[in-house]
Amino acid sequence: MKKTYTGLQLSEPLLWEKGKKGRHAFDLPGRDVEPAPLDQSLVGDGPDFPDLSEVEVVRHFVRLSTWNYGVDSGTYPLGSCTMKYNPKTNERQASLTGFNNAHPLLPAELSQGALRMLYEMQEYLGEITGMDGVTLQPAAGAHGEMTGMMMIHAYHAAHGRQRTKVIIPDTAHGTNPATTVLCGYAPVNVTSNEKGYLSPETIEAVMDEDTAGIMVTNPNTLGLYEENFKKIAEIVHSKGGLVYYDGANMNAIMGVVRPGDVGADVMHLNLHKTFSTPHGGGGPGSGPVAVKKDLVPFLPVPQVVLEDGVYRLKDDCPQSIGQVQPFCGSFNVILKAYAYIRTMGPQLKLASQLAVLNANYIKESLKGTLHLEYDRPCMHECVFDDKFQEQYHVTTMDMSKRLLDYGFHPPTNYFPLVVHGAIMIEPTETESKEDLDEFIAAYKAIAEEAKTNPELLHDAPRNTKWRRLDETSAARKPCLTG
Amino acid sequence: MRYLPHTPEDIEAMLQVVGAKSLDDLFATIPPDSRLKRDLDLPQPLTEWELNQLMDEMAASMASSPKYKVFLGAGSYNHFIPSTVPFLMGRSEFVTAYTPYQPEVSQGTLQYIYEFQTLVSKLLGIDVVTASHYNGGTALAESLLIACRSKKKKVAAVSSLVNPMYRRILKTYFESTGIDVVELPYLPDGRTDLSALDGLADVGAVAVQSPNFFGCLEDLQGFADKSHEKGAFLIASFTEALAFGLFKSPGSQGADFVAGEGQSLGVPQSYGGPSLGLLGSTEKLVRNLPGRLIGKTVDLDGQRGFVMTLATREQHIRREKASSNICSNQSLCSLAAVIYMASVGGTGIRELAKLNYDKAEYLKGQLKKAGFKIPFETQTFNEFVVEFPEGFDKTYQKLLDKKIVAGLPLVKYYPEMKNHYLMCVTETLTKADMDDLLGEIKS
Repeated sequence: MKKTYTGLQLSEPLLWEKGKKGRHAFDLPGRDVEPAPLDQSLVGDGPDFPDLSEVEVVRHFVRLSTWNYGVDSGTYPLGSCTMKYNPKTNERQASLTGFNNAHPLLPAELSQGALRMLYEMQEYLGEITGMDGVTLQPAAGAHGEMTGMMMIHAYHAAHGRQRTKVIIPDTAHGTNPATTVLCGYAPVNVTSNEKGYLSPETIEAVMDEDTAGIMVTNPNTLGLYEENFKKIAEIVHSKGGLVYYDGANMNAIMGVVRPGDVGADVMHLNLHKTFSTPHGGGGPGSGPVAVKKDLVPFLPVPQVVLEDGVYRLKDDCPQSIGQVQPFCGSFNVILKAYAYIRTMGPQLKLASQLAVLNANYIKESLKGTLHLEYDRPCMHECVFDDKFQEQYHVTTMDMSKRLLDYGFHPPTNYFPLVVHGAIMIEPTETESKEDLDEFIAAYKAIAEEAKTNPELLHDAPRNTKWRRLDETSAARKPCLTG
Repeated sequence: MRYLPHTPEDIEAMLQVVGAKSLDDLFATIPPDSRLKRDLDLPQPLTEWELNQLMDEMAASMASSPKYKVFLGAGSYNHFIPSTVPFLMGRSEFVTAYTPYQPEVSQGTLQYIYEFQTLVSKLLGIDVVTASHYNGGTALAESLLIACRSKKKKVAAVSSLVNPMYRRILKTYFESTGIDVVELPYLPDGRTDLSALDGLADVGAVAVQSPNFFGCLEDLQGFADKSHEKGAFLIASFTEALAFGLFKSPGSQGADFVAGEGQSLGVPQSYGGPSLGLLGSTEKLVRNLPGRLIGKTVDLDGQRGFVMTLATREQHIRREKASSNICSNQSLCSLAAVIYMASVGGTGIRELAKLNYDKAEYLKGQLKKAGFKIPFETQTFNEFVVEFPEGFDKTYQKLLDKKIVAGLPLVKYYPEMKNHYLMCVTETLTKADMDDLLGEIKS
């Protein structure tokens, strides 16, 4: 069947399929110096880039943008990703010339604004997490995890005996086991109980003096609060281990629980989740790490300090794990999160409350339509699966693709791994009741279609500019450049 | 709060559906002794008016160009960014999307990353480039790690003229890996001592930066030949990607991996981050590469489209067996870079690189003429080292008062280089700016 387009579904070739030699979309400054001689043996051919006019460049990328779906397009309930609204004032602050054109090696006296912002951000995040020290260096959540685990490694080394293992629950993000290996530890996988969270007995059974600690995501990836967290932290501490708190889901508990108050030793935050900075189609992010007092000496350098009324970068910290970034982290992303915290203040708690309200509202509204493995009050997200639809040979993926036809971005599929056919929904606090009601109605309609006309779902999406893409042949014969 | 759409009536109605009495009641599964009993101690919310004022003041305190004339490079470069870049990369559909897990509604992101991979691979002269990494330093660390692991060798040889910030990252990353990082010394001509490799055994990877930290171009082909003789991979690093508009690309000189920084390509300096890690390899090493890759495919109707591919290398599939824990890319920065490269074009990038070269050569020549020592004779790009007389640090301070940042003092990074400064000139500084600097230094 030949696809028909509406007038506004524009096509656009690849960059090098357009343009003409000699065009450009860039003005060089006037030449005010003479050409200098060059050693021709070092000179190359230069890249074979297309030459395009400014109008060609602008139309190209504007057309591409119309093929994307973002939070600004509509509801984006991607579980574990916290796709909340990204305030526009944050973008304004982050584009100020004074910040944008600032060289990272400027003398401290000439970069007080940037350093003050970073310093205050460290203080705010310390207060929100209940921790004693914060580094803003890590570039993303996974980078934060790695930084945190390196600090745990350094802590054990400094205490005379390195350990070999780290406990990882089955509800953990894939980054957790990958990170432990990168830091020289073997992961010890443990399972959650029938209610969807960890039992103290499970941890008691594996925790020993060769175990460096545990990595816990709380709320976990089932969207449930780890009710035994405090007890588990005590068990781990009693054997000399440390507790790594994966704060990816912090959006559920701001102002409600501070990980530092309940036994966490190290944690990372994702500024691009909890603190409203945009995901940007995959990055850049920012993954600050917060630690308790005992781990402060191991924080990466440089650290931002305030001495005699002047903000400075400090890098003479003998026990520090060292540097994890060339300069000061994702400064521009941190700026946006700073603007968010200054706009919200203590009302961050209300954001968490409404995020949890929205998730529970969806859970209660859809639980007859979709199967709910763990029927408990949830935090910021809820996890359904496709058990009810199995009899019609309709899968989680089919329903997600059909959801695209209804104009919604689908939830996270097939994660966490502990739920077969998982449908992980995280609405966030910035969706209104009407948005949620429309989303719920769409899922109900799709579940009805699954019974009456499953073909509609197998063929979905039909209303998008692209239909399902062939991922298998893309991986078998990779074509990564044009 | 304008980001929170709930009215009191909405909250009431929703609580009823949920079966909770109050918002606090939603957290009943959290043990009471775990809950915070007070409000967060944060500054009260600012209105947008107040926030603008605060941020304007902080931004104004920065010694940024064009207010200051900044002769600093060292891994962060001030290049002109045309208005099209921030305008186009600011499109909500790009900015507020997630990782393109649903390709049917993410073709905008997927196509521009494919175009990015293609243009960067042309610039670096290498077969494959990933969808980007955090920055040049972490890209180098990750590539060294996978190179040593895939060769099953225990030594990584790194030039002492790799950016010192990058070498610090390597030290941190390699602490718990059991792989030794050995530094290769530099020669009096400002290049890395190739012969230092002779004495080393069990080397899995050799990392050399070109142009190096002193701005000098290295003999990459020589390093490639010697590395391959020793059964090691050559990893070519760089911090100033614009150099390859004019000089030979690392891929064309035998590098197996390229790992460096792409900030020069349209990404604002922004106090050092976020920036744009570029990582690539020859085709036969593609399955070792960490990070995201976008590939071409077709949809059910045979229409060309793009998807994330070779994900079986990645952490969300392989968990503890993954080659890296990375799970994002610097997507918006790669968007800036692809818009920038498309705007400058093949003809433009050569002219731009040449102009950068000529300007730096002008300043170098004038300093030499004025009697200052240029210690390294090797060809440089954009950056070069100059030795000023004893006591120049006072002049440096005086110049700051005149809104000139006269390069980077090198003694902090190379203790033997007292009174040596790393100067950087790009197209954003004029001859008049350079003449001002010269006049002040000479006076």
